[in-house]
Amino acid sequence: MYYTALKLLVGDRSKYMGIIMGLTFASFIMTQQPAIFVGLMARTFSFITDLGQPDIWAMDPKVQFIDDVKPVQDTQLYRVRGVEGVEWAVPLYKGLLKARLENGNFQTCNVIGLDDATLIGGPAIMLEGRLEDLRRSDSVIVDVEGANTKLARTLPSGERVPLKIGGSLELNDRRAVVVGIAKTSRTFQSQPVVYTTYSRAMSFAPRERKMLSFILVKAKDVYDPVRVARRIGQATGLAAYTRDEFKALTVRYFLKNTGIPINFGMAVLLGFIIGAAVAGQTFYNFTLDNLRQFGVLKAMGATNATLLRMILLQAMAAGSVGYGLGVGAASLFGYMVRTSVLAFKFPWQLLALSGSGVMLICVFAALISIRKVMKLEPAIVFKG
Amino acid sequence: MVETTGDSGFAVRCHGVVKIYGDDDSRIMALRGVHLEVRTGELMMLVGPSGCGKTTLISVIAGILDHEQGSCLVFDRDLQAMAGCEKVRYRAKNIGFVFQSYNLLPALTAAENVAMPLIINGVKRKEAVERASEILSRVGMATRVRSLPLELSGGQQQRVAIARAIAHNPRLIVCDEPTSALDHETGHKVMEMLKSVAMDGNRALVIVTHDSRIFEFADRIARMDDGHIEKVVDSPAEL
Ligand SMILES: Nc1ncnc2c1ncn2[C@@H]1O[C@H](COP(=O)(O)OP(=O)(O)O)[C@@H](O)[C@H]1O
Ligand SMILES: [Mg+2]
Repeated sequence: MYYTALKLLVGDRSKYMGIIMGLTFASFIMTQQPAIFVGLMARTFSFITDLGQPDIWAMDPKVQFIDDVKPVQDTQLYRVRGVEGVEWAVPLYKGLLKARLENGNFQTCNVIGLDDATLIGGPAIMLEGRLEDLRRSDSVIVDVEGANTKLARTLPSGERVPLKIGGSLELNDRRAVVVGIAKTSRTFQSQPVVYTTYSRAMSFAPRERKMLSFILVKAKDVYDPVRVARRIGQATGLAAYTRDEFKALTVRYFLKNTGIPINFGMAVLLGFIIGAAVAGQTFYNFTLDNLRQFGVLKAMGATNATLLRMILLQAMAAGSVGYGLGVGAASLFGYMVRTSVLAFKFPWQLLALSGSGVMLICVFAALISIRKVMKLEPAIVFKG
Repeated sequence: MVETTGDSGFAVRCHGVVKIYGDDDSRIMALRGVHLEVRTGELMMLVGPSGCGKTTLISVIAGILDHEQGSCLVFDRDLQAMAGCEKVRYRAKNIGFVFQSYNLLPALTAAENVAMPLIINGVKRKEAVERASEILSRVGMATRVRSLPLELSGGQQQRVAIARAIAHNPRLIVCDEPTSALDHETGHKVMEMLKSVAMDGNRALVIVTHDSRIFEFADRIARMDDGHIEKVVDSPAEL
């Protein structure tokens, strides 16, 4: 009977295509939109992700997310170093500073100041130059995206000349020479990223009483980073988060304070509803058109339970095909945009989500059809 | 099927069968107390003007329609008194159908269509299709086993339908206007085929028709009018 059910399903080509298209569309939307959403959300904390070395970030307790810098006093660094279980602790400066370009224009930059001794927190991928070049006087490393766009020079002809090694910027009236080009993950901040040492960053930034943005901490191997973070918090009054906790804090901030989740939620819901409507409608039509065939089977002694299983199987089979195509299309989409500015991430949870969505649509489509078939009088088979 | 052997010799016994369609506002009394007996081994034809209740009567007999009053026994079993699933199972085992519009499943091949009643009765698909192919050769369709219904002529489709009706070896076969959609010659051939493959001493056929040209195939003919059986005769001449 199951073979028969599947043959009936694909036998009606045009209806079958309609059902599959509806389900494919729904699967696509329900996969692609959340994938972009997840990608965007991952971007909010990509700066934290990029910084692989520290286990723990310590900061002012009022900080709500990674770009929300509220400096603490330098002395806190020493207090953190004194906490039990801390292997090392280094300062990190992070701040938006105005840079004067060679052509006289101003551009706000995201300046990152790394611990002078260790250079911990530097970019993972150096395209040109070396991280150690930061030890040379007045040196900075810029990210390739910024170097090619906002920090680039525009010639009178309109041609853009990227900022290169040897080029320079002025930060707070101090000259900074580019010694390296780095690749950084895209973040929510669109400013060019400028890496330098902590002490040089202090001289670039306007003088304030508190300058230290974050304290990066490595826990000793035998210690649980979560416990060490709690201990740092108690000992210093700072907020200390493990890397995952800080990521979560950042995402939560964006979820709560931006319209992003609602927008994507709407898109997903819309995809679900349209998919359900199209697939449900075509599947129902398919069943109605085949009512006579179900009647014949009923007259010949097929039980309601058998017919129910046949219809469920048809719905599930159509669902699987549509889901496969939809997810395939979404992956293709993700593959095609992999080099563009669009965010796209595809964790397995997302596949489960869209899978359940499609399943729900299929069950819904099957249910409205099953009702019709259950109530069908087999006597219709003798009607002309 | 065990319970139907050693019976009264009657395949069908209808007594005072009343069937009413619709609700209180629009009641149509399609059957107004039908008495009809069909013997085992008999080919009974049911004739009469359009709308007189022929289709309704064979639907009741075949157990796919409930009636309001009277009793209708099929091989001494009251289908209406059976529980839903028991009735469905009884139908699956004991009753074969042939329709005016063939009602083959268009997505299935001829053999797969013929295999349906076997599959419904629990025969494995592969074996069912093999047996179906044999049965198709008995109705002269050996070469069209893999054809889809739409690739067949009307007469061929009806032969496939006949093969399907006998595939599971049912004891009662009901046919509603089996030749109406066919030209005279094809209809005649189909009836010959039906009678030769379907009739044996253990089985009964009830055929609804208003095609007088096939009356000659009947053992007896019941004439219906306005929800009654008017008379039952042994030969067309007596009508
Ligand atoms: N499902 C139905 N609902 C209401 N009336 C019906 C239905 N089926 C048949 N009838 C009516 O019952 C009467 C008998 O119909 P039917 O048994 O189909 O006659 P026949 O097969 O002899 O042409 C007709 O008046 C027909 O209109
Ligand atoms: Mg009729």
